[in-house]
Amino acid sequence: MSTSLIGARVQRKEDYRFLTGAGQYTDDVALPNQCYAAFVRSPHAHAVLKKINIEKARKAKGVLAVYTGADLAGAKVGGLPCGWLITDVNGQPMKEPPYPSLAQGKVRHVGERVAVVIAETLEQARDAAEKVDVTYEVLPAVVDAAKARKGPALHEIAPDNTCYVWALGDKGAVDAAFAGAAHITKLDFINNRLIPNAIEPRSANATYSRAGEDYTLYVASQNPHVERLLMTAFVLGLPESKVRVVAADVGGGFGSKIYLYPEDVVVTWAAKQLNRAVKWTAERSESFMSDAHGRDHVTTAELAMDRDGKFLAMRVRTTANLGAYLSTFASCVPTILYATLLAGQYTTPLIYCEVTSVFTNTVPVDAYRGAGRPEATYVVERLVETAARAMKMDPAEIRRKNFIRQFPYQTPVALCYDTGNYDATLDAVLQLGDVSNYKKRKEESLKRGKLRGIGYACYIEACGIAPSNVAGALGARAGLFEAGEIRVHPTGTVTVFTGSHSHGQGHETTFAQVVAERLGLAMEQVEIVHGDTSKVLFGMGTYGSRSIAVGGTAIVKALDKIIAKGKKIAAHLMEAAEGDIEYDKGVFKVAGTDKKKMFGEVAFAAYVPHNYPLDKLEPGLNENAFYDPANFTFPAGSYVCEVEVDKDTGTTEIVAFTAVDDFGRVINPMIVEGQVHGGLTQGIGQALTEGCRYDDTGQLLTGSFADYCIPRAGDVPMFKVDTRETPCTHNPLGVKGCGEAGAIGAPAAVINAITDALGVKDVAMPATAHTVWKQLQEKSHARV
Amino acid sequence: MTVKISMKVNGKPVSADVEARTLLVTLIRENLRLTGTHVGCDTAQCGACTVLMNGKAIKSCSIVAMQAEGADIMTIEGVARPDGTLHPMQAAFKENHGLQCGFCTPGMVMNALDFARSHPNPTEQEVRESLEGNLCRCTGYHNIVKSIMAGARAMGGKI
Repeated sequence: MSTSLIGARVQRKEDYRFLTGAGQYTDDVALPNQCYAAFVRSPHAHAVLKKINIEKARKAKGVLAVYTGADLAGAKVGGLPCGWLITDVNGQPMKEPPYPSLAQGKVRHVGERVAVVIAETLEQARDAAEKVDVTYEVLPAVVDAAKARKGPALHEIAPDNTCYVWALGDKGAVDAAFAGAAHITKLDFINNRLIPNAIEPRSANATYSRAGEDYTLYVASQNPHVERLLMTAFVLGLPESKVRVVAADVGGGFGSKIYLYPEDVVVTWAAKQLNRAVKWTAERSESFMSDAHGRDHVTTAELAMDRDGKFLAMRVRTTANLGAYLSTFASCVPTILYATLLAGQYTTPLIYCEVTSVFTNTVPVDAYRGAGRPEATYVVERLVETAARAMKMDPAEIRRKNFIRQFPYQTPVALCYDTGNYDATLDAVLQLGDVSNYKKRKEESLKRGKLRGIGYACYIEACGIAPSNVAGALGARAGLFEAGEIRVHPTGTVTVFTGSHSHGQGHETTFAQVVAERLGLAMEQVEIVHGDTSKVLFGMGTYGSRSIAVGGTAIVKALDKIIAKGKKIAAHLMEAAEGDIEYDKGVFKVAGTDKKKMFGEVAFAAYVPHNYPLDKLEPGLNENAFYDPANFTFPAGSYVCEVEVDKDTGTTEIVAFTAVDDFGRVINPMIVEGQVHGGLTQGIGQALTEGCRYDDTGQLLTGSFADYCIPRAGDVPMFKVDTRETPCTHNPLGVKGCGEAGAIGAPAAVINAITDALGVKDVAMPATAHTVWKQLQEKSHARV
Repeated sequence: MTVKISMKVNGKPVSADVEARTLLVTLIRENLRLTGTHVGCDTAQCGACTVLMNGKAIKSCSIVAMQAEGADIMTIEGVARPDGTLHPMQAAFKENHGLQCGFCTPGMVMNALDFARSHPNPTEQEVRESLEGNLCRCTGYHNIVKSIMAGARAMGGKI
């Protein structure tokens, strides 16, 4: 192979099955003798469960069982655990209320599971679910984060609905810097609640074997091993070996499929009770009211500057809505993944952030694409752009004035950036976006009666939370390493088992490129396996753009061991010293000679060890590696968005969006660009079209695609994207991660563009036509 | 009430006894076990369940199976050539990275097949309008639009 596979636009190995309808998503799995579960869900946001009458449902045609919270409690099925303990400003642990899989005593959000009906057919289960008669005593509800502390208490252990008050930074020093600042920019805003909406609804199909006394759970999950760990250790009280979790093809996740969900627990537990496979697949309305939501922050943010626009300090107060219960990683999102990113790309020396996380009568909130980092970027980049306008500085110039240029850089908010080149991405985006001709375009728009605006966002991301010991000190209850295994077969083909999980990211291709390149094999000789706890030795799964940086590195570590062992075998075969063996592109050579053995010959010798150093070396060629990173990786980039706003209707059109990202070394630019396009579109969705709404009683008003508007093809433009490469310094591939960047940077860029077009300080997200139109009216009235 | 339904699916005659309320997509997925046709929203919003009925793209979650009595249905499983070679529209999706998780993909391809017949050389705007009824959460549509433009040109107006 003469050309490198690293950096090549290799077409995806997984595409053929998806394009021919051969994918195996969880709902496509049909197990022998399976029956179907339908959940009875609370129609109230907050209510006491007075009585659940299941008699009619139990007698309905085809019904096998009806279970309620009392059944699970009686069977000692545990509640769902939270994976991150936050310690509050007073050194006290966060409040962790019980999170039962089926409600016990009270319901706390619309959509909470009250009972499950299991029947021979799906229709019978759904019909019978309507016959479950629940008597509720409805209680007042609270849905807004800002009102939560004075609202009716959801949980006994948190009478003021506060999970924790947490802070990061030196408040005294920050306050002092503000007192002496020449200019202060202040903004109050809401980071709107989002509903992830992967197009594949969640699904679970569990079966129990009396022979092995073990369970197999097919589930749409982003991290099957973590699902298994939580399910066995915390919920069912079983050894890990008794539960196999399989997440084969998963139709998008964006965070929402990281977590252990009550439905997964219920069908798994019920499979043993009934000795049948039990299947459940969410209807879309169930997705809206039971998949973990994202964002939902109420924030006041301030930036202090000297008279030249140099940032002196930042002060941020956020109230974060956690919803009714603590989802798996909910607690770390508005803290560890948020406040630590507030330095952005800048040398702001002093930062203080205080976060109050509250319970409300809404669906639990957890990590959604970006998870804390979009919220942080929104704070920083809205402040910076607003400050530039207030100080009449060019938005690029104020950023350049404050860029970090010395690496490694220790921020005042705990992170240490290993590398970066923020001038490179900003310069590139200005050029690619043809910003120098922007004024001409603005005039041209105006001739057509359109208000044109331009907005920037320069984001920083932290991917692959690490190292585990530091995360543990910050409250993580799990490790944050990744595992990989390389199994070389006797004929020299290779199966790679990775603990990372692909649900659209194309790992089967990207990881195969890494392996094929390192071993000098053809792509066809390398197969990537993921998503099955009985095949993959361990895994922490895919989220936080960690797969290539952490999972990819684990694979590289295992490859190094394969090559090292291969050299020993080759040395024996060629009667040379091990130290003289070189490995290059599939060939073991004795340095300085023409002696060589092909990779396949060495593999064959390992499995047919007739001529083999059996006294010194085990046969076989199979290696594992666990990799725990030394640090986060820090992708960064610069985005420029141009919008046209229709003065009469308030409609905003994204007329140009240019993104230049630094993801470190890029393995497959085609796949990376696709990740950026998708991330940008979710970010544009947050800025323009998506906003979860509850009414004051806690009824979900945006419960379908008709009223919760994820972007359609007509809502987004063709994107201009490019990359600059500043390799990560602490992993062998030099990679950083690319999955979330677009969703992190885009919202601020879009809103900066709209506020520029309208000439206003702020506009709320989502900036729908109605929101923008109202703002235009207020502005024109204000002028009069 | 159970009814007997007969139709052609991917060129083969099929029949099934189903409840009258059975949706076409349920017949396709559960009775025929053709699981390439997906259900994403149950409300005719997302288009993941799109199939061709008598050559026209329809959402199989929004009609009952009885309405397809005697019809000629094509699902994603019937698109590639019998030897497994990808159809030009499928190939265009692969070449242009027009799919990520793959869940919306069958619906996108089926819708594109119908569209491309009447638009052998579509503009970007026409393609975006044609995707009004199909949601994708992964790709940002950029590469889907490119795929359909390329696939349509390769098809030359014929499925």
